[in-house]
Amino acid sequence: MENFLQQLINGLTLGSIYGLIAIGYTMVFGIIGMVNFAHGDVFMVSAFIALLIFLAVTQVLGIASLPVAFVLVLLAAMVLTALWAWVIERVAYRPLRGSFRLAPLISAIGMSIFLANFVQVAQGPRNKPVPPMFTDVIALTDGPYKVVLSYKQILIMVVTAALLLGFWWLVQKTSLGRAQRACEQDRKMAALLGIDVDRTISLTFVIGAALAAVAGTLYMMYYGVVNFYDGFIPGVKAFTAAVLGGIGSLPGAVLGGLLIGLIEVFWSAYFSTDYKDVAAFSILAIVLIFMPSGILGRPEVEKV
Amino acid sequence: MDAPKSAPDLSALLRNAIFAGLIAAGLAFPILALRAEPDLNNHLELLNRWPLMLWAFGIVATGHLLAQVPWIGSALRWGLWACGALIAIWMLVSIASGDLPMAGRIVLFVLLGSAALLAVGLSAPVNADGALHARQTTVRASVAKVAGPVGVVALIAFPLVMLWMLGPGGSLKWINNYGVQILIYVMLGWGLNIVVGLAGLLDLGYVAFYAVGAYAYALLSTTAGLSFWICLPLAGLLAALWGIILGFPVLRLRGDYLAIVTLAFGEIIRLVLINWTDVTNGNAGLSSIPRITFFGLPFTASDNGFAATFGLEFSPIHRNIFLFYLILALALITNFVTLRLRRLPIGRAWEALREDEIACRSLGINTTNTKLTAFALGAMFGGFAGSFFAVRQGFVNPDSFTFLESATILAVVVLGGMGSQIGVALAAVVMIGGTEILRELDLLKAIFGPNFDPAQYRMLIFGFAMVGMMIWKPRGIVSSREPSIFLKTRKSVSASLVREGHG
Repeated sequence: MENFLQQLINGLTLGSIYGLIAIGYTMVFGIIGMVNFAHGDVFMVSAFIALLIFLAVTQVLGIASLPVAFVLVLLAAMVLTALWAWVIERVAYRPLRGSFRLAPLISAIGMSIFLANFVQVAQGPRNKPVPPMFTDVIALTDGPYKVVLSYKQILIMVVTAALLLGFWWLVQKTSLGRAQRACEQDRKMAALLGIDVDRTISLTFVIGAALAAVAGTLYMMYYGVVNFYDGFIPGVKAFTAAVLGGIGSLPGAVLGGLLIGLIEVFWSAYFSTDYKDVAAFSILAIVLIFMPSGILGRPEVEKV
Repeated sequence: MDAPKSAPDLSALLRNAIFAGLIAAGLAFPILALRAEPDLNNHLELLNRWPLMLWAFGIVATGHLLAQVPWIGSALRWGLWACGALIAIWMLVSIASGDLPMAGRIVLFVLLGSAALLAVGLSAPVNADGALHARQTTVRASVAKVAGPVGVVALIAFPLVMLWMLGPGGSLKWINNYGVQILIYVMLGWGLNIVVGLAGLLDLGYVAFYAVGAYAYALLSTTAGLSFWICLPLAGLLAALWGIILGFPVLRLRGDYLAIVTLAFGEIIRLVLINWTDVTNGNAGLSSIPRITFFGLPFTASDNGFAATFGLEFSPIHRNIFLFYLILALALITNFVTLRLRRLPIGRAWEALREDEIACRSLGINTTNTKLTAFALGAMFGGFAGSFFAVRQGFVNPDSFTFLESATILAVVVLGGMGSQIGVALAAVVMIGGTEILRELDLLKAIFGPNFDPAQYRMLIFGFAMVGMMIWKPRGIVSSREPSIFLKTRKSVSASLVREGHG
């Protein structure tokens, strides 16, 4: 029971991170029908940006208070990563709008390879050990097996929940969100009604990247190590989460992220750590084959 | 273009350029300008490299400014082309001058030059209505007719010419690193071309079948002691079987989803290879795989070896030359089978499927069987290439079968112009040869200092080239398709008019 509770906490923490990344996949897929393969690497870039800013804030500016530093890092990472995503969309995807269907996907794969190797060249191939942060824990149970909830995990869940609320408000209540949902339903009609479709698509990328940056910051803090190839596997898992929840559906992405996080953690705890990635990939394949519209997605109707 | 009009333009141009430069500087700010380096106690220290940020600003702003001025824009484009060509020639000279005599250099330049001309000739744009100018058609037809045989003869001559000119020691690099390496990718490209180019099914996990072939040979030869010539067809069959097993469930999926599921399968196979240590020996891989024999004669210095039997002086180059001819033969078989299949009903069904799946189904084509055969055949050739890879290396481990490898093969197919055999071969030469050349560019070291390691930039440039190619020429090098069946007159179809099926 204690083990179960502990794994539940760990799973929800990991799932929050996957959920934040998954939103970027699902929003981009919803609006332009493209699998943004480079999104995982944008997440990895954001983790590096967060690490560098953190070092700059603590070592150069000399800010000793960890919460203040964390907020600064989070904001800077969101802004700078959003800038990356904006440029990537401008350079690699926008010229291909209206090209044949596989062109953006191939361009995104190229961009993914480019980003990973760019970070490798710029920051070196070795693991970066992140200085430990928020190391305190709260013991939830007494006894031989202590169930602990660390400050990090609380922080991750709180930040994720707060951001999701803000994001939900953005999509549901603001004119930007309305434009975004309109473009998702019918881009041509939205353009006819005076919505700047290109700008809306850019903003979709920017929002997705900002959420990925939050995930990247939290990931760096939680695992305490970052590397240039850290984008691929979490990226695919987050994509799995988006598919599992129903691609195009925002609550689905979060739900899928939590499920994938829980499945991965419980699988590692009760079966084997070696095959945890196999489990995630198998879920991806099984869901796509037997339930392509996911848990909360709308079934797709093929029109001739 | 008169003076009063250009004055406000200039300030706007400047503003735009500075804006672009600032964005570049913003991108460069943490990732390039700062570097976190662990010290001896494993604490991260921050290193400053602020000049890089200024460089990013300067280069992007200047480039943006120059590209916006109309005549400079076009001049810049041509200048870039000229520079690119010059640099390419310079690189080749700098590599070649080390060990290649003059005659060899000329042969190399003629080969590369004709390849480039061929690429330019074949990539000439086709009119939107699909009709070519009469002369263009005849030129293209004759080029295509001549290119194949000339290429094959040149390839057959290649190792012998290299051996004759450079001797056993000097030619090893050319035959092995360039010849065999490129031909493996030509074969893989042609194999994947059946799936992606002909049937229009985007497969991101093709390397799985390559892995199945390699491990099939490695395991069969080390445990059952079977020879390469028995293992080769077995490996192909096994890979084809896996193609069917993996293909069966995914065939209902549409384009992007199919791509992702194949990616998932590719990764699952790699992860199983890593974790199933009892059979595959995990990350350490399988070593001491039996090497290739000349139909039973080993390439060793012993008395019953290849060299002794034919009265030659023993040299390791014999094995490499044999491997070269072996992979050449395998690749040509792939090409031949593909070309013949395209004329059979099944090949026509593949192409029809690529164009429109729903129309196919309406016309009574069994789409499941059509897709499965494409998957199985593509996988089979991947399996052949895999067992060749294993016998060439004598060692396999899961690191050779990463997603990046799938992406490379896919890039070869896409850059070659999906569906075009000669385009795929050219793309393999350019991409694999190009990355091999980058490995040994001492020239760049002279420019950027002795710490500069060009091999690091290989994949960076590779990714960049993939994006650039999609933007500049999304239809690949050979962007027109010769229809394999036609009514009355043969018209080239611009590939931009061809739509991928919903595979």
